[in-house]
This record gives sequence, C-alpha cells and structure tokens, in this order.
Amino acid sequence: MTEATTHPVTLPLTRVHPFDPPEDLALWREEDPIRPLAYPDGHQGWLVTGYAAARAILADPRFSTRIDLLHTPIAQRDAQFRSTVRRPGFFLRMDPPDHTRYRRLLTGQFTVRRMKQLEPRIEEITRDHLDAMERAGGPIDLVRAFALPIPSLVICELLGVPYDDREKFQRDSSVLLSLDSTLEQVEAAMQDLLDYLGDLVRHKRAEPEDDLVSGLAADTDLTDEELTGITTLLLIAGHETTANMLGLGTYALLRNPAQLAAVRDDPEVVEHAVEELLRYLTVVHIGPVRAALEDVEIDGRLIRAGETVTISVAAANRDPERFSEPDQLDVARPASGHLTFGHGIHQCLGQQLARTEMRIAYPALLRRFPGLRLAVPAEEVPMRTDMVVYGVHRLPVTW
Amino acid sequence: MRIIADTGRCIGAGMCVLALGEVFDQSEDDGTVVLLDAEPPASMAGAVRRAVQLCPSGALSIAETSGGDQDAAGGVKGNGD
Repeated sequence: MTEATTHPVTLPLTRVHPFDPPEDLALWREEDPIRPLAYPDGHQGWLVTGYAAARAILADPRFSTRIDLLHTPIAQRDAQFRSTVRRPGFFLRMDPPDHTRYRRLLTGQFTVRRMKQLEPRIEEITRDHLDAMERAGGPIDLVRAFALPIPSLVICELLGVPYDDREKFQRDSSVLLSLDSTLEQVEAAMQDLLDYLGDLVRHKRAEPEDDLVSGLAADTDLTDEELTGITTLLLIAGHETTANMLGLGTYALLRNPAQLAAVRDDPEVVEHAVEELLRYLTVVHIGPVRAALEDVEIDGRLIRAGETVTISVAAANRDPERFSEPDQLDVARPASGHLTFGHGIHQCLGQQLARTEMRIAYPALLRRFPGLRLAVPAEEVPMRTDMVVYGVHRLPVTW
Repeated sequence: MRIIADTGRCIGAGMCVLALGEVFDQSEDDGTVVLLDAEPPASMAGAVRRAVQLCPSGALSIAETSGGDQDAAGGVKGNGD
C-alpha cells in the first residue's frame, strides 16, 4: 500500500481558473486516483479523481446513493443532504428496486425520439428570447435573459407547471442549491415548493391537461405525495442544470473565439461541441457521492462497507488517460463518454432534453449576435463556487 | 456480431440510440432499449462497440460470431452477417 503519500485531504472548491477544477484535484488524480478524504463530520472516506475508477464505481450496485448512508464532503452542503432524507418520490436518492419503479414510469417521456419532437417548440422559445434581447438591447445579463428562462420554460411546459409562477420556484430552487443556505432556509424552501407542487398535482388529478404530471396522475398508481416529490425533483433538475451550462458554456466560448466561431458557423460541429462543453465545464462540481454497501476492492484500494466515496466527475472528465489534452476546450473532438450526466443506473434522466436545448440554443444565440462579447472585464464575472451546480451567477454581455 | 439487450437492466438513458440510431431504438412505453438490428453487419462493428460501451447500466453486450456459424462467447449463435 502507499499510505505514506496519501494522507487524508479535504475537498477543495476554490478555483484558480474559472473553467478548470480546483488545481489540487489534478495533482491528486496523478498521485492516487482513489485517495482518502476527510469528511467534515469526522468520517474517513474516499475521493475518486480518476476516470476509470469513477466510471466503475458509478456503475457498481455495491455502492448506494441513499442519503441516510452518506457523509457530505462539504460542510455547507449538510443542509441539502439532511433536507431530502426519505422524501417520497425523490428517486435520485433511492437504490433499486424503489429507484427502478419510479424511473421506469418516467423514462418513456424522455426518450431521444420524444426530445426530437420538442425541437420545434424549443426553437420557437429560443427565438422569442433572442427577439426580446434584441428589442431590449445590450448590455444585458445573459443568465436572466436567455440561459435561465429557456430551460425553465421548457421544463414547465413539459411538466405542466405554470411558467407565470417562475419567481417562486426559481427562488426556492436557488435556495435549495446554495451552499450558503441554512438548514432552516432549505427546509422552508423545500416545504414551499412541495406545498405549491402538491396543489398542482391535486389540480391535475381533478382537471387533467396534456402534460407529464397529468399523464402520471392518470396512468400510474403514484400517490399525491410521490407525484409531488417526482415533480419537485424534475422541476429543479430541469432548469438549474441546463441553465448553468448555457451561461457558463457561452462564457467559455466568449473566452475562446476560435471555438466560438466553429460553433456559430459549422452545424456539423454542434453535436460534438455540446458534449465537449459538458465534459470541459462539468457543472456538477461536487460529487456525486456514494456509500459502499459492502467491502469493495478497486485498483488495490479496499473501500469498506459504510465508507463514503466522493466521485469528482469534474476531475475524471479531465483525466489524460481518457481524454487527450484534457485541459483544452476542443469543440471538434468526440467527447462522448464524459461523466457529466453520471454513469450507472442514476445517469441523468433528462440528459437528452438538455442536449436538445443546448444544440439549439448555443448556435442560435451566436448566429443572432455575431458580435456577442462580455460587457464587463472577465474577472468581474461572478462564478458559482458557492452553489451545488457550478456556473456563472450573471453574464453581462453586449453585441 | 450479435447484440444482446437486457431490458430488465436498461434505464432508458438513450445513449445507444444517440450513438447509433440505425441499430438501437427506445420503447414508447418505458424508454427501454429496442434492437432494430440484433445482428448488424461487420462494417458497423466499431460503431456498435462504441454504443454498447456508452450504456450506463450494462444492459447491452455483444456476442462475437467469427466468420460463419461458430458458437460465440456465451454460446449465442449468429450468422455473422
């Protein structure tokens, strides 16, 4: 064993460069891709930074995603962790067979074909927001004008949540995903969202419409509580993630003009570009986190039953053993196989929706405003190191 | 080669369809994998392997059928077309 070189470390969040994971992660990946990690509550667990080990663990049923078995690697995230313990319908935090039962009810709604059918509507929504930007004129905050509202409106229409109520759920969602929120704030935001969506679920049962929640209410035996949990999960997941990819992705392209030009001018490159931006930026910058259900040996490391493993997909996506020149943004490379949507049975349910939104939104934005540029010095763009999902808080742009 | 799909393990992520829509599809009901061509031609072998490799849940595997009608790993027969 190589214990001498691998003293426990704590998980870093501070970045030197806004697009690169914290520097220590690259160093540790080289030294020891599975190394001891000291958790804030005193637990001695693990940190995985290598691609092969990360992928293996995410696919391994001997690792659980149950919140009650996990230790959080980030002290500030304790509130989020505790607030989602065993809520009905929150299948992200369940193991099979519970997870399987819920996920199976939803997968038919998020197929590649279904997402393809949404394309005309997503194009229309994108066009509307670009028109509004053009009318308003720059400088403008791209997050508020484009990156957040497009995925937010899309997921609302898909689920059947009134978009007019967005201030409420966008605010709750942002409290839930802030590392600075206290447990009380998180509990209050969660309750507020559950009350709101609980009412919506009962309404959809009484007066069904043509949307996902009405469909689930009519065609499944889900209880109101379960359906409310599922809707909450999908609503949060559906707009925060893509929103941050659109904001941070545009920022990354603005800092790499040749790459930006390729995405703007070459339709052939867009598919690869989306995968590459997902890989390079990895907005899921903490975790995912798993707990060993039994003793597991991986690459000569013995992970004992009960130990928590934090899998830095951000570091794994920069592993030179998997991606050549991993620290370069290269929108023409085939970057599929990245772990940004996870791997294993919990791999992102909405990933094909996210891809569809990004494939439409990036080139549409860049073509509408060929002169798009930052309206502030780059160092003044506020980065989301304080949020569960990484990205930019604001992106002031003009054209 | 012959593709084996375990719909019980499939989580409907759609990675195989995204990678190779000529060979893989998803069920309208629950999004699980549907094989459009369980024995794709040898010319597609590389693309099939990449698609299988992308599967997040381990629902896809390949039984190699070398040349004619020989038994392959797992004893699955195929015509190697």
